Amino acid sequence: MIQFTIEDRDGERQTLEIPEGINLSLMEVLKASDYNILATCGGMALCATCHVQVLEGFDALPPARDAELDMLDTLPDADPDSRLACQLRVDESLEGGIFKIRGEEQ
Amino acid sequence: MITTDICIIGAGPVGLFAVFEAGLLKMRCHLIDALPQVGGQLSEIYPQKPIYDIPGYPAINAQQLVDNLMEQIEPFHPTFTLGERVETLVRQADESFVITTNDGTSVHCQVVVIAGGLGCFEPRKPEILNLEQFEGKGVAYMVKNPEQLRDRRVVLAGGGDSALDWTVFLADVAKEVTLVHRSDSFRGAPDSAEKVFDLAKEGRINLVLQSNITSIHGNGHLQEVSITAKDKSVTNLAADNLIPLFGLTPKLGPIADWGLNIDKSAILVDTTDYSTNVERIYAIGDINTYPGKLKLILCGFHEAALMCQSAFRYVYPNQKLSFKYTTVNGIPTF
Ligand SMILES: Cc1cc2nc3c(=O)[nH]c(=O)nc-3n(C[C@H](O)[C@H](O)[C@H](O)COP(=O)(O)OP(=O)(O)OC[C@H]3O[C@@H](n4cnc5c(N)ncnc54)[C@H](O)[C@@H]3O)c2cc1C
Ligand code: FES
Repeated sequence: MIQFTIEDRDGERQTLEIPEGINLSLMEVLKASDYNILATCGGMALCATCHVQVLEGFDALPPARDAELDMLDTLPDADPDSRLACQLRVDESLEGGIFKIRGEEQ
Repeated sequence: MITTDICIIGAGPVGLFAVFEAGLLKMRCHLIDALPQVGGQLSEIYPQKPIYDIPGYPAINAQQLVDNLMEQIEPFHPTFTLGERVETLVRQADESFVITTNDGTSVHCQVVVIAGGLGCFEPRKPEILNLEQFEGKGVAYMVKNPEQLRDRRVVLAGGGDSALDWTVFLADVAKEVTLVHRSDSFRGAPDSAEKVFDLAKEGRINLVLQSNITSIHGNGHLQEVSITAKDKSVTNLAADNLIPLFGLTPKLGPIADWGLNIDKSAILVDTTDYSTNVERIYAIGDINTYPGKLKLILCGFHEAALMCQSAFRYVYPNQKLSFKYTTVNGIPTF
């Protein structure tokens, strides 16, 4: 099981436990767990509505690719520890991480 | 005042195809879109992506599909109001409507079709103290007419392609150009980023990196921006214009206040004809919802066809509609 924590827009935290080996992105897991996350482009790094801030565990994550960094640059509120949830695979690199949902709401 | 049979809000693929279906029934259309170009999500979000699920096209580039739709509806001479957002809808004594945009354009129509997709694409606004207070008074989120910036002190904010491109362009137009970006590198096209660094080296623009604009000030019109660096030090800079360029994001906008039944930002419709709870208003494409709804272009096209058959009775109340294939009639033009 991979465990990580999600902080929603109200600051409430919840720990999620996801079986290893499932081929999902963090965005897909957040959607499946009924978090309010738009993900307009369905995970293609084209909309930046799945923006998360990595409060803990940033360095363990694989580095962002160009498409993700390009998109983060269009966000006025991105921080150095911002990522797009759709570009993060749910695997051991997320273990113990804390992710705060920052994407816009409708 | 523009007069038409059907006013379509949203010139995305579904709004565009609705013109074709309406045209077959000899109904004229006017389209309004908040974006300066037609095509909706296809042109705004993913113009270069191939789409694989349009019947008859094993693969088609999104912008090409939009271009083809424009060619397909050309015989029906639709008219367009682009770059304006629909704000109000007023029912007339004879049940028709007058629609008005934020720029004051009015359209009189018998039927309203909302093909608004995810909603209006609006600029992403950074968190800057007093920002909204100076909108139209020095603050703008796009450059509509660069000549208005001639000989002015312009501050741009952002790190994407449009921030880079406008910085390069305005270096020759404005009196002073400053680009503020939160990071120390740019992800936009490497060529544009290089030009910006070169202009800064030549002293033709100011580049303020690792910084954010945090507040703006002025007396009725913008006069100064405060920039906070990573080390929390604050610098004030005299400025006549501020242009934050952080791309666009869709918002449902004014349609939410029109008395329509809405569920989670989508308009509830009757699937027999995609009519809403308000007579003479239809909703098609991504903006509507019903049991089993799929947000696909294909589904929006189908909805447009059924909607037009139903809308016909309002445009031609005394005529009977008989269905015919285009292969029988060809494409009737106006
Ligand atoms: C990355 C991505 C990939 C996709 N891939 C596919 C695919 O392969 N196949 C597929 O079928 N679908 C795909 N889709 C979905 C498809 O793009 C949508 O289903 C389609 O764009 C919906 O068309 P539409 O005309 O209803 O709305 P939109 O394309 O959203 O257009 C709506 C227009 O209405 C305008 N508008 C809204 N409100 C107002 C207002 N008040 N005033 C003025 N204008 C207004 C907006 O500015 C916008 O231009 C994809 C979507 C994305 C984001
Ligand atoms: S879902 Fe669009 S960028 Fe992640």
